[in-house]
Amino acid sequence: MNDEAALVTRAIEDAIGAGAADAEAYLSEETTREVRVHDGEVESLTAATGRGVGVRAWIDGRVGYAFGTDISREGVAAIARRAAASARVADEDEYAGPPQPGEPFHPLEGLSDPSVGEWSTERVTELALAVEREALAADSRVVGVEQAVYVDGADRVAIAASTGVSGEFEASSCYAYLQALAEGEGGRETGLGFGLARGPAGLDPAAIGREGAERATAMIGAGKPASRSCPVVLDPTVAASFTGLLGGALGADAVQRGRSPLADRVGEEVAGEAFVLHDDGLDTGGFAASPVDGEGVPRRRTALIEGGRLLGYLHDTYTARRGSAESTGNAGRRGYRSQPSVSASNLIVAPGRLRLSELIAEAGEGVFVTDVAGLHSGVNPVTGVFSVGASGRAIRDGAPAEPLREFTIASDLVSMLRSVRAAGSEARWVPFGGSVSTPGLLIGEMAVSGT
Amino acid sequence: MASPSDSTAELLTPDVAQRVLARALASGGDFAEVFAERRSGLTMAIDESRIESVQSGAEEGAGVRVLSGGTTYFAHVDGLDPGDLERAAAEAAAALSGGRAEPRELRAVATTPQPIEQRPEDVPAERKAELLRELDETGRGVAGEIEQLLASYVEARRRVAVANSAGLLTGDDRTRVRVGAQAVARRADRVETGAETLGGHRGFELLEDAAEIAESAAGKALKLLDARPAPTGSMPVVVGGGFGGVLFHEMTGHGLEADHVQKGASVYAGKLGERIAKPLLTAYDDGRLPGEWGTDAIDDEGTPTQKTMVIEEGRLTSYLYDRLRAERDSVESTGNGRRESFRHLPIPRMTNTYIAPGDAEPEAMIAEVEKGFYAVSFAGGQVDPATGDFVFGVSEGYLIEGGKVTAPCRGATLIGNCLDALAAIDAVGDDFWMKSGICGKGGQSVPVGTGQGHVRIAAMTVGGTQT
Repeated sequence: MNDEAALVTRAIEDAIGAGAADAEAYLSEETTREVRVHDGEVESLTAATGRGVGVRAWIDGRVGYAFGTDISREGVAAIARRAAASARVADEDEYAGPPQPGEPFHPLEGLSDPSVGEWSTERVTELALAVEREALAADSRVVGVEQAVYVDGADRVAIAASTGVSGEFEASSCYAYLQALAEGEGGRETGLGFGLARGPAGLDPAAIGREGAERATAMIGAGKPASRSCPVVLDPTVAASFTGLLGGALGADAVQRGRSPLADRVGEEVAGEAFVLHDDGLDTGGFAASPVDGEGVPRRRTALIEGGRLLGYLHDTYTARRGSAESTGNAGRRGYRSQPSVSASNLIVAPGRLRLSELIAEAGEGVFVTDVAGLHSGVNPVTGVFSVGASGRAIRDGAPAEPLREFTIASDLVSMLRSVRAAGSEARWVPFGGSVSTPGLLIGEMAVSGT
Repeated sequence: MASPSDSTAELLTPDVAQRVLARALASGGDFAEVFAERRSGLTMAIDESRIESVQSGAEEGAGVRVLSGGTTYFAHVDGLDPGDLERAAAEAAAALSGGRAEPRELRAVATTPQPIEQRPEDVPAERKAELLRELDETGRGVAGEIEQLLASYVEARRRVAVANSAGLLTGDDRTRVRVGAQAVARRADRVETGAETLGGHRGFELLEDAAEIAESAAGKALKLLDARPAPTGSMPVVVGGGFGGVLFHEMTGHGLEADHVQKGASVYAGKLGERIAKPLLTAYDDGRLPGEWGTDAIDDEGTPTQKTMVIEEGRLTSYLYDRLRAERDSVESTGNGRRESFRHLPIPRMTNTYIAPGDAEPEAMIAEVEKGFYAVSFAGGQVDPATGDFVFGVSEGYLIEGGKVTAPCRGATLIGNCLDALAAIDAVGDDFWMKSGICGKGGQSVPVGTGQGHVRIAAMTVGGTQT
């Protein structure tokens, strides 16, 4: 037994010693590195290590959680005692309990890229500087970069429960982004460029820099669109944000508690046929991939929307028991500081046949939305009704025309999905709204409020 | 006095701090700092009338930074053993290759943490569960249409100690409590939600009448059941007090943070001393307001918090500084160097930001509007400080027709540009109160207070769902 496995086993024993009937322990250790550059200089360089343990304890249908950074023998025992004490405060819930052992999990290849460990700090710093340089070189109207950032990290996770469930894995990830500043007419415009990979070797600094420059310069001279209802094309970053919201609505927890616009609609037509959605916790292209979920249940691929119909929801062990279903391996957790709860892993919108330019041509006359703001405040998650700030370009005669800003797009999630007329062919991984891979989408009709 | 305060001295003794700073500067650097922190907390929730998600956390760790030229070298570790701290110092210094620099001898500076009457950790967990049950019953009792009530309780204690090579050793002991309630109301197919929070840099004593927030959340959800789609277009907007201040927080506060300003990524850059609002507008950032959610004795660099006037009668008077950005502008830090935890670098952040009370009566401000919108409270907002574009989701809003507040509206969004909207403020009410919020920037969340009385903006774009 390795050190990690020994530690989680001891944490489980400690919790049971403190009165828990069942217990689960989760250990993670991580190293991260971040470089921020500005104006050709390194602004900050961060190196970090962290580790911690989270313990879930069950006593007579009551569940409690505790976590901490002290992983000494006494530290772990104290965390386990606090977990048991937390459980005693909770009310009984007949569905609460740890997962039971099922099929064993299979190790997942492709979660780690050795270049994370191999690239020196100098080399990744050079990458961040290149991102900034590329943005400045791309267009003379780019007058600066607020910051260009490179981040990488590697995690080790071990998880086990008193029922015999266990899992462990290692993963690496990295990303780079920048916020380019363009000199506009009477003001500045900003543009975000980003890239994601398992290691720095997988990033393309030129593409990231160019994207930031293009997005910033595209907004120069933007005006407001006329208020109307019209076709709207969402670029992949915007489509990803909405897909992330949809992922929340598809979590069985929200559904069972009557807080989802998609509750009680399995089998119903909820989307245009062009919108096909899966959750895939085994697709290593997405950062949410892992062999097991946050409570040790094997990850899998789950079809959510096909042929316009809702096929099912995302489950963890609790919601599966409550809904007489099977866990889909969607117990998510944000490290040891959070107890598991249902969440989407990698959401994947299937690509269609049309290129982005063809989606815009198909729209004919309307709005191309390249950015949305205020998603956390402009959406009612219970009903799916939303009104969010947006910017982008007008679409005239099937081609992108003048830039637009300071307008809102409004609809509700299900109406928007039903109105999807086509999905683009160029899908991209986007870190907004969780981990989402999606192409651009053509929405047949949406309310646009400008002037 | 040998130590900053009893509760923080154990985090970082002068001996250890001196050694860690010396190690951090072993390969050169202009400045070094060690930030040690012990954080603990308890959260729980009630949903479906059942206490759940009971969670207790205890973390400790330290962040060490070295400034050299224009670069910050930062490392953080979990754990507070002297070995952990020295490891962080060595890691922060690893990329430096200069000659040794010497930290100055440490001088402990005493601080006065906010007084806490009833320490949350001394209150039995069952009492906190009981409080959530009271919220649940109160909220559900408002009307039969209240279908769901969710409420949460959070207590957090952060003990921090800061030592730096300029000779400062100080600390703070921060306790915060906050409860939130969200109600879901249903009438036939209509479903609406309402939310309310109460939080402060206080002990459990703050929560004596906390059940009222459940009533307030339920009331908001009920009103929305009768709401019509919000109007669309440009019109006068009266913004409510308290959390209405999030509008100022977003459209001005962020743009005053010196990091944005110095990079030319703020519409307020180069405008110091200029008139940016009507003379009726004066505004502050005040990290010392007793018991407020965004209050601390010191910021996370050890600088005492202060009351900073940012707008005086319409003129821009100050930006908000941390140590690093203050040095660049050759000014003193305004005590706004904050960080989410030892795992983060300090950056300029607001504390409690507010528009000072004016002399208008709220009723009169509304009575003067023929056709407009009354935004009582917001679900939140977002701004791009570089362009000044902002967007706010209105959680409670009404039409103003013929000088009277009439129909409730749902789905309203306020959208606009900071400088235009700020200049368009034409009345500030004489009522005033503060609310608690969580502000995110650069991946870091910190507690902030927002406040104001009623404020009227002569023209602003309301983006509604009415088509």
